[in-house]
Amino acid sequence: MNRIVEARFLAPDIKLFRIEAPKIAEKRKAGQFIILRVHPDGERIPLTIADSNKKDGTITIIVQGVGKTTRQLNNLETGEYIQDLVGPLGKASDIENYGTAVSIGGGVGTAIAFPTAKALKEAGNHVISIIGGRTKELVLLEDEMRAVCDEVYPTTDDGSYGFHGFVTQKLQELINAGIKIDFVLAIGPIPMMAAVAEVTKPYGIKTVVSLNPIMVDGTGMCGGCRAIVDDKTVFVCVDGPEFDAHKVNFNILTKRNRMYLLQEKISNEHYCKLDKKIKEEEVAVL
Amino acid sequence: MADITPKERMAIKRHHMIEQDADVRNKNFSEVNLGYSVELAQEEALRCIQCKKPLCIDGCPVMINIPAFIKKIEEGDFKAAAAILKKDNALPAVCGRVCPQEEQCEKVCTVGKKNAPVAIGYLERFAADWERNNLGIQLAEKKPPSGKKIAIVGGGPAGLSCAGDLNQMGHDVTVFEALHDIGGVLIYGIPEFRLPKAIVKAEVEGLKKMGVEFKTNSVIGLTDTIDELLQEYDAIFIGVGAGLPYFLNIPGEQLNGVYSSNEYLTRVNLMKAYDFPRSDTPMFNIEGKQVAVFGGGNTAMDAVRTSLRLGASRAMIIYRRTEAEMPARIEEVKHAKEEGVEFMLLAGPLEFKGTDDGWLKSVTIQKMELGEPDASGRRRPVPIEGAIEEIPIEVAVIAIGNGSNPIISKTTPDLNVNKWGNILVDDNSMKSSKKGVFAGGDIVTGGATVILAMGAGRKAAKAIDEYVRNKESW
Ligand SMILES: Cc1cc2nc3c(=O)[nH]c(=O)nc-3n(C[C@H](O)[C@H](O)[C@H](O)COP(=O)(O)OP(=O)(O)OC[C@H]3O[C@@H](n4cnc5c(N)ncnc54)[C@H](O)[C@@H]3O)c2cc1C
Ligand SMILES: Cc1cc2nc3c(=O)[nH]c(=O)nc-3n(C[C@H](O)[C@H](O)[C@H](O)COP(=O)(O)OP(=O)(O)OC[C@H]3O[C@@H](n4cnc5c(N)ncnc54)[C@H](O)[C@@H]3O)c2cc1C
Ligand code: SF4
Ligand code: SF4
Ligand code: FES
Repeated sequence: MNRIVEARFLAPDIKLFRIEAPKIAEKRKAGQFIILRVHPDGERIPLTIADSNKKDGTITIIVQGVGKTTRQLNNLETGEYIQDLVGPLGKASDIENYGTAVSIGGGVGTAIAFPTAKALKEAGNHVISIIGGRTKELVLLEDEMRAVCDEVYPTTDDGSYGFHGFVTQKLQELINAGIKIDFVLAIGPIPMMAAVAEVTKPYGIKTVVSLNPIMVDGTGMCGGCRAIVDDKTVFVCVDGPEFDAHKVNFNILTKRNRMYLLQEKISNEHYCKLDKKIKEEEVAVL
Repeated sequence: MADITPKERMAIKRHHMIEQDADVRNKNFSEVNLGYSVELAQEEALRCIQCKKPLCIDGCPVMINIPAFIKKIEEGDFKAAAAILKKDNALPAVCGRVCPQEEQCEKVCTVGKKNAPVAIGYLERFAADWERNNLGIQLAEKKPPSGKKIAIVGGGPAGLSCAGDLNQMGHDVTVFEALHDIGGVLIYGIPEFRLPKAIVKAEVEGLKKMGVEFKTNSVIGLTDTIDELLQEYDAIFIGVGAGLPYFLNIPGEQLNGVYSSNEYLTRVNLMKAYDFPRSDTPMFNIEGKQVAVFGGGNTAMDAVRTSLRLGASRAMIIYRRTEAEMPARIEEVKHAKEEGVEFMLLAGPLEFKGTDDGWLKSVTIQKMELGEPDASGRRRPVPIEGAIEEIPIEVAVIAIGNGSNPIISKTTPDLNVNKWGNILVDDNSMKSSKKGVFAGGDIVTGGATVILAMGAGRKAAKAIDEYVRNKESW
């Protein structure tokens, strides 16, 4: 059991948790993740370690409520416990001084990109961060990014804040302005990562994406997280999660992530009903 | 009963185990075999002629004193029978259920020369179950504390037996397990209908009561490295199993509906997907689907029988060779057939085909025939030209074996492994190339059996005991 020492919403449905996990806090490197279960019958879900604090032995995760488990998680409050948590899993990001590095985060992807952006800065890069959101309140971690990056550009699809347009358009604008970009890190929804890869490919800019297949064990035991990179099968949990964007088969990744679409819906409805029933019972008790 | 002659003993027919009816059990996850009653067990025990030279003992990898424990059953002293088993086998209730007896103890049983062999496995299971149900797990005696600390990496049968023995020898033992629960393949692989989780749980509880400490959610190599553990512990035993699934490497393996047996069985067993949506982990909806399982071992049988229980309309084993070469226990193949599994033998997959949006819809099969015997004397399957068939399926499970997981070897460069990643050890002492580090079980041998893994754990425990007590030797 791991105690939640801080839980707060950053945006609707997006919640930050600081959780006691001293060993992981000590060990983890940028790019690695944990797997947790919310309760004894819970699913094992992977979440990136957004940050850590060795002094108080906590790690930070930032969670977007998209289905049953992430919504259950987002119902937890400060002082409550997580059933269990394992990590740090996966390979750490390859951090080098590339020169100028652009970190692109879409939605909760910004949280996943944050630790690597920070590490890139610490390695001496000039780091430009593009933070994308559909609308203003979904632009995440702007202050945190400003603290560790040289330039930060929020973008919104609806133009309610920052640059009006997609993160890829902002990236193209930077390239067109003649900025020499040596490295791009793109993390977010699969179509966004695929689009970034398209933009950087003609310029030969080294581009890395973090893949988010469905996982079970996270140790290379089940093969459920397999993806196709450079025409070869990889196990994302141990060979990744970061890969060369120009070699990833995004099409197959997209299809594989739809594997449990139907079950996810059932699970969610089951959860909503339970949730409603519990709330009704609570009301009845009152 | 003492006046019964050997001839009369040999004339008694082997007693069947009571089992759930095939048409009932293929729809539930409860155990198939229901065990012997006291009467049946005692009657079966009568069949053992108490050989002067009991070949059965040599057939058992851990050399259980088989005639002695069977004698105790005959006499009705089940507690003593269980105690004899426990001397050489830390998990008799498990081995009685899953050992390939027909290849080991029962293969060489004297009675088996003319008749069916004594049902050693069923009797072992009976004695162990009797003890657990009537007396609870009996705690062994413990030597005075040695002050030595030992880390066991992996909570499968190899690790558990090593931990149990070292604990009895007076050492302070901690088991590190990557998953959130203890038991290895016994809990994530072998299904409930063959090995109820409660049995493994009871054994683990016994170890806990004896003072063995368990640290789940610890992936050694990542959470801690072997070198870090060596700073805190006097010795380490690595029993991490063979947990890296092989795929067929044919086109279409990335389609939705294609699983490794590890993933398939882990979802259903460890993550309880059969109880979805009460339990959160989803499983592809198998109901009414056609399922093909590739392979011929226990894992393949477990996966195909699981499919039936999840409601498959058609559940097939597709295997390259013939039934004679199938590595699965005979009983599993028999049970599978009774439950309605189809066997497609001498057939190898060529390609999976799918729909445009990525769902599996068929497999193309190459039919084979037996050719000339190869170097091993086995007749090799060779493709029959043009005999290619496309079979509609929505789910495929690949159960063709496991390699070794590289997480530990990658983070422990001075630990020698062979080209398949198996840790190299001295056969007698189970010592690896790295001082203080021992290994055993599937990570050393490649996928084998529960009893061999346990035997390796015990052997290592002995060597570790010697090593930590007078550390100079390596
Ligand atoms: C290495 C890695 C790091 C991740 N880091 C973060 C993070 O920091 N913050 C965050 O909010 N999300 C992160 N994710 C995604 C997160 O794991 C999924 O959103 C979560 O598992 C969904 O579970 P659910 O039950 O709430 O939703 P479901 O109802 O199960 O699914 C909703 C959606 O999530 C996808 N999904 C389902 N199960 C998984 C799974 N086990 N792994 C990945 N995707 C899945 C489905 O395809 C679907 O689109 C990460 C994923 C990976 C692989
Ligand atoms: C489906 C299936 C059915 C089988 N049926 C039979 C049968 O009927 N009869 C029989 O005799 N044998 C059977 N076997 C084989 C038998 O289960 C194995 O030979 C045996 O379990 C090996 O034991 P082990 O302790 O070496 O490894 P495992 O049982 O694999 O246990 C290893 C443990 O180590 C953990 N681990 C792995 N990596 C790490 C790490 N880095 N850090 C910490 N922990 C780690 C794993 O999570 C696991 O819990 C079957 C196998 C399978 C898969
Ligand atoms: S442990 Fe296995 S081989 Fe040994 S006696 Fe028992 S069933 Fe037979
Ligand atoms: S070989 Fe068979 S008959 Fe002889 S002692 Fe062993 S079990 Fe009994
Ligand atoms: S999640 Fe099981 S192998 Fe990657």
